[in-house]
Amino acid sequence: MDVVGTLNAGFKRLPPWPLCVLGVLPVLWLFYRAVIGDLGVDPVKRIEHQMGLWGLWLVIAGLSITPLCRLAGLRLMKYRRAIGLLTFFYILVHLLVWLVLDVQILSEIWKDILKRPYITIGMAAFVLMIPLALTSNNWSVRKMGAAVWCKLHKLTYAVAILGSVHFVMLVKGWQVEPLIYLVVILTLLALRLDIFQRRPGQAQRSAKA
Amino acid sequence: MTGRWKNDLNWSDVTPKSVFLNRRKLIAGMGAAAIGGVAGPALAKLNAAPSAFSTDEEPNTFEQITSYNNFYEFGTSKEDPAKYAHKLTTQPWSVKVDGLVEKPGDYPLEELVDGAPLEERIYRFRCVEAWSMVVPWVGFELKHLLDKVGVQPGAKYIGFETANRPREMPGLAYRVLEWPYREGLRMDEAMHPLTIMATGLYDEPMPNQNGAPIRLIVPWKYGFKSIKSIVRITLTAEQPQASWNMAAPNEYGFYSNVNPDVSHPRWSQATERKLGGGLFAKRQPTLMFNGYQEEVADLYAGMDLKKNF
Repeated sequence: MDVVGTLNAGFKRLPPWPLCVLGVLPVLWLFYRAVIGDLGVDPVKRIEHQMGLWGLWLVIAGLSITPLCRLAGLRLMKYRRAIGLLTFFYILVHLLVWLVLDVQILSEIWKDILKRPYITIGMAAFVLMIPLALTSNNWSVRKMGAAVWCKLHKLTYAVAILGSVHFVMLVKGWQVEPLIYLVVILTLLALRLDIFQRRPGQAQRSAKA
Repeated sequence: MTGRWKNDLNWSDVTPKSVFLNRRKLIAGMGAAAIGGVAGPALAKLNAAPSAFSTDEEPNTFEQITSYNNFYEFGTSKEDPAKYAHKLTTQPWSVKVDGLVEKPGDYPLEELVDGAPLEERIYRFRCVEAWSMVVPWVGFELKHLLDKVGVQPGAKYIGFETANRPREMPGLAYRVLEWPYREGLRMDEAMHPLTIMATGLYDEPMPNQNGAPIRLIVPWKYGFKSIKSIVRITLTAEQPQASWNMAAPNEYGFYSNVNPDVSHPRWSQATERKLGGGLFAKRQPTLMFNGYQEEVADLYAGMDLKKNF
């Protein structure tokens, strides 16, 4: 039996909801360590950066699902909603830590959002995620119709690009790590282009995504 | 902490030796540095004299000062220098002094610092990233060194270079900046009594991650001006190159004086977070020239500090 078949059989038995529960644990762990003083000299930045980074990882995980299905035949589609909602949660915490613990001053927050391009871009990515999070339920899919819903959720692509550009822009100098994430995300988006779509015999096209 | 009773004791007198020795053991263990380097010379007290230039603000702990550093030659994360800086060989160390000096040459460090009056200077340290610490440096005035090597009349600026040793500094593999790290000052800034060459902190020799064995400290400028692990000092007639200024001239000016009214293009400099206060510490206002306005404002009389940031 092939590896993909075994994996797919395993996924069939594994529901997506435990992902949501497991996904919250690292956040609780991070705050617990901050409170007991185990996050080093600057716990605020540490949480802020860690949440942003994990959020970006989740974006990449979510974007990987369609190419993995089309190119490798792995069926992970049912986990995508859980991953998307977790991403929103992580980025929401990232934003709240920045607002409440880092910048602290309301007037400064507005100035930052309007005046600093990397924050404007990050903020835009977050705003675009709101309708995605709100419509990540079956009721919305039915209400909107699959076609419209799919179109709306293409916003994910914009969110992914904005999020990774935000990271590239905020570091001092040209650092390697954020550039790697940007390249990975652009690659995952490129894999959705038509030229990569003809793989005869591969898993049939699932609902276009 | 202002208005507190002042005495003439060093902070090292109140931090029990056993406490920071234990920390050292911990740090050494973390970096797997047990192979030497840390143990021997680090235990010698420098017996620096107290200074009237010291602030009476509470210094950060030895552990905080030595575990959170920007020293990109060892990596861009704040924890990298504490992890990797033990690889830096600081003995022997020599500093090349050239340019418009009377007595140029390759000076062994011992010769360069010989007879220098070591003082403890407890300075505020303000990073361009809008965090700050208070650090009890040990060092001597740069003027003392310059008097020793002799400044030629034509010298208007001073340039510094950090060691550039890819074998000992893993961060050099990445071209985040143009290496070697460079910084510079105007000659009157260099001669100012607040400007010191630091060789230690908490009355002990400088830990590698903080710029051993000798670094610059200019307390009224953003931290990146205070170049670490110096191997070259050049006096010039022209303004020398400075690494961050070369990398992003719109973000990091040659002067880079701490100034709450001139924001970095990507963040405000009006306030700062003093590290060590935990998760819920309040931001505090950033002071003009990092609180050293009285001492240094004259250096910039008549200059537009928004233009010459």
